[in-house]
Amino acid sequence: MVDMEYNEMELMICVASRVFEDGASVSVGTGVPCAAAMLSQKLYAPNLLITFEAGSVAPILPSMPLSVGDSTTMSRALQTTSTADAMEMLQRGLIDYCFLGGAQIDMYGNLNSTVIGDYRKPKVRFPGSGGANDFASMSWRTIVVTPQSKRRFTNSIDFITTPGYLTGPGAREKAGLPRNTGPYRVITNMAVLGFDDKTKRMMIESVHPGYTIEDVQDNTGFELLVSEHLKETAPPTKEELKILREEVDPFRAVIGKKAQ
Amino acid sequence: MDGVGKLLGFEHPDDMREFFRKKSKKLEPKLMGLGEAVDRFIQEGDYLALGGFGLVRIPMAFIHEMIRQKKGGLKCAAFTSNLDTDMLAAGKMFKETDVSYAIAFEALGFPKIIRKYFESGEIYTTEWSNGALGWRYKAAAMGLSFLPIRSMLGTDTQKYSAAKEITCPFTGMKYLAVPALYPDAAVIHVHAADIYGNSYIKGVLIADIDIAKASKKVVITAERIVPTEFFRNNPERTKIPFYLVDAVVKSPFGSYPANMPYEYFLDVEHLREMLEAFSDEEGLKRYLDENIFKCETFFDFINLHGGMKKIQYLIDKENEILGGYNG
Repeated sequence: MVDMEYNEMELMICVASRVFEDGASVSVGTGVPCAAAMLSQKLYAPNLLITFEAGSVAPILPSMPLSVGDSTTMSRALQTTSTADAMEMLQRGLIDYCFLGGAQIDMYGNLNSTVIGDYRKPKVRFPGSGGANDFASMSWRTIVVTPQSKRRFTNSIDFITTPGYLTGPGAREKAGLPRNTGPYRVITNMAVLGFDDKTKRMMIESVHPGYTIEDVQDNTGFELLVSEHLKETAPPTKEELKILREEVDPFRAVIGKKAQ
Repeated sequence: MDGVGKLLGFEHPDDMREFFRKKSKKLEPKLMGLGEAVDRFIQEGDYLALGGFGLVRIPMAFIHEMIRQKKGGLKCAAFTSNLDTDMLAAGKMFKETDVSYAIAFEALGFPKIIRKYFESGEIYTTEWSNGALGWRYKAAAMGLSFLPIRSMLGTDTQKYSAAKEITCPFTGMKYLAVPALYPDAAVIHVHAADIYGNSYIKGVLIADIDIAKASKKVVITAERIVPTEFFRNNPERTKIPFYLVDAVVKSPFGSYPANMPYEYFLDVEHLREMLEAFSDEEGLKRYLDENIFKCETFFDFINLHGGMKKIQYLIDKENEILGGYNG
């Protein structure tokens, strides 16, 4: 019997796993994105082409990697190559999705994972871009998974590490980024957010069971748009939870953490 | 927009041509001990590039020896790095760095004292993405002064880099020109090398082949030394050729406690102990004393953390994931 109670981490991962169509290609980072890609590969998109920036391509992941370069990322891989080669797949337009976490995000989907405070004398120094900037600059669609809070969803981000729609419509193209690219979905513990075609602003697409539009807005530091086709997110299924707990993350490395 | 960051590790390609012209291409033995390799090939002021991916296939034994010899005044690339450059930071060995990823042991957490050190303003950083630094090595490997790329544009990562925007002469498109990165010294840990420096890497390559081509001095540390026939019989095994290499060091388990693909997995237990120890200045000092200064060799260090029993456990773990190393 699968316990149908689920925590917020499990909810985010299950919802995120449904984004990919079978046959899509994705560049993933460690943690939640990796768990969601694995779950997707096992349930919805068996032909999901997964790439890692250390150089592993098309692995069949046995368990959660601790590093995007560790041996698990190479398990049953069909190619092991270089970081530049992995990034050039993105630059040539081969990668449909990238899948990122993030410390802070604004209404245009710009992400900060570098500093809080002044760059030269920061209050907090985070690791920096890693591959995130390359992924979000050059994959067709960027997906971000991050918990919903006013601290994280804010328009006063101190540093744009990774581009969303920058300052709004047309800004990516003007900056020189490849056309028809940008943020696609932000998946949180409360909702699935998208981006309005015209204004490029963040928009509520669906609200998870037990939450309201007000809950989502109250935990966001800027005004959210609401989709005309607003839906309620389908809760995690029995099958999703079973595979997530038993096969994807049996040691609860990710699902055992608090979404905060 | 031109980046406001300081340009580090850059050379004129014609100067590098002169340098590489003079570099010996003789097939001659280069095998030496760790102590000699660190002493001879790492000098104050050098720009240092480390191979691997932070927690994967890093030259840890070499880094320990650098700390033991109190090498300092370096510049370095914090490219896909964490444990490796965190150790250099712990030894206060560099003041300037090109950073694309540093500090956090990815999913495992971050060492507080190293983060504080980065926050103190004592380390000067020029900002990049992993792709950009990979392509900076590639530009140098191609013998050029820059490569045009399509990432980093429009962001603060671009602003605090040392890249410049250029216009494509064919399409009129905007590109970001990332400057070539020619390190003074590179240290790369590999699965197998012969005494001349021919080197074999199994699994992901990260930027190591370009780093070897781009760097003035190249030190190879290897899990095992193999006869040259290993390469003569199958020349496609030569990932890094002898004519790029200056020194070869036999360094079994040299990536511990990081992962060596097909050989041994990460020692999560020890990495967690490190994160704990690196929470304050006192813990860091104690860690360096016990694990480096009081150890004569890298084996003494491994013995402190379970020795052969631990190593066998990590080999078994790796076998479960990838199967063993078999050439």
